Amino acid sequence: MTITGIAAIGAGLAAIGAGVGIGKIGGSAMEAMARQPEMHGKIQSSALILAAFVEAVALFGVVVAFLQG
Amino acid sequence: MCTFAPNLKQGIFKRYGMILNTFKNVLFSALFIAISFAGYAIEDIENKDDKEFNPKEMILHHVKDAHGFHLWDWNGHAVSLPLPIILWTDNGLTTFMSSAFHHDDSGHTIVEKNGGKFVKIHEKIYQLDANASTVAFDEEHHPTNASKPLNFSITRNVFMMWVSVIVLLLIFFATARSYKKSEDNVPTGIAGFIEPLVIFVRDEIGKPMIGEHKYKRYMPYLLTIFFFIWINNIFGLIPILNGANLSGNIAFTCTLAVFTFIITTFSGNKNYWKHIFWMPGVPVPMKIFLMPIEIIGMFVKPISLMIRLFANITAGHVIILALMSLIFVFKSVAIAPVSVAFSLFITVIEIIVTAIQAYIFTILSALYFGMATEEEHH
Repeated sequence: MTITGIAAIGAGLAAIGAGVGIGKIGGSAMEAMARQPEMHGKIQSSALILAAFVEAVALFGVVVAFLQG
Repeated sequence: MCTFAPNLKQGIFKRYGMILNTFKNVLFSALFIAISFAGYAIEDIENKDDKEFNPKEMILHHVKDAHGFHLWDWNGHAVSLPLPIILWTDNGLTTFMSSAFHHDDSGHTIVEKNGGKFVKIHEKIYQLDANASTVAFDEEHHPTNASKPLNFSITRNVFMMWVSVIVLLLIFFATARSYKKSEDNVPTGIAGFIEPLVIFVRDEIGKPMIGEHKYKRYMPYLLTIFFFIWINNIFGLIPILNGANLSGNIAFTCTLAVFTFIITTFSGNKNYWKHIFWMPGVPVPMKIFLMPIEIIGMFVKPISLMIRLFANITAGHVIILALMSLIFVFKSVAIAPVSVAFSLFITVIEIIVTAIQAYIFTILSALYFGMATEEEHH
């Protein structure tokens, strides 16, 4: 297997991890908003920030794939 | 809303007066400018020649910086907008237009100027050695008898950055004029569009992240990066500009992240440094263990800011271009509707992403400033 193939697998794994992470954040945020609609704004902004943190890890994978691809 | 505008105006004038008078701020400005130039100088690429349609090459060509706008092809000729090339060589300043290369990007066209011979290979300008007449390549397609002079060219990205600066200045001067004219500070015209955004940055980003008492110091910076990143993200999506991919350029995002890092570091109070070097409330072995982690964390924060913006915007461009190049890969018209529909869909998502990424960059910067200025609470 070439290094490009390995990089592609790595990028895919990073995407899976980020997908699970963002899914959990989104799910919990929706649940929290349904329980406490008055906290809607605060929950939404913290969910976006947390999603950005999770996404950053996936994007490290994308960057590695760019460098190798 | 009405009370906010005069405060903002006075604040801006006062603050600019302070900035111009203080030696420290001049020093920082010089530092920032130096960093931006260094950022543009450090870039590296490689590419391969291929007669077949090569989606990877096409995508990389569109995502990367270039000398000149290649608008479209017409009867086999390229219609393009040349940009100036400014080089600092052994013979001093050398300038010519990028049209002198006649769209050659493989090093065949040699431009002689100011006693030097210059070629363009994959959007990099090389100067041939004195006795060489053609470029020689090694196995990895790097030129062997040419060197890179210092390149201060107005490239596509630099040009688009200036355009975005001019557009922002026009928008905000128009906004300021509208407040100056109106008696009761009711926003009219474009100010009606800008005021809610400024209020949004103040009330949703500045106040909650930095705190009621200290947010004012950081508002000019937060507003600047918010609008600057946003407008450059939007410019990157305009197809006729050949996707001048400024916010998908790692040097650009690196510069912005370094600004945030410097401001965070210099506004850090005693409490912030104590949390980094000697974490309160944990046993001594843990303090020693946490210190290197916290120091690494200091640098990881701006690095993740840099990578996030760069990779998000670049990935968006790559996806759109990859969907478009499906038509040419399959060599079929039948695939075109699917391809166009999907890339339209992704483009619409990208329009949302432009705003979200500007928001994320700004809110995380504000979060770091808030962490740096947080007071000790008992």
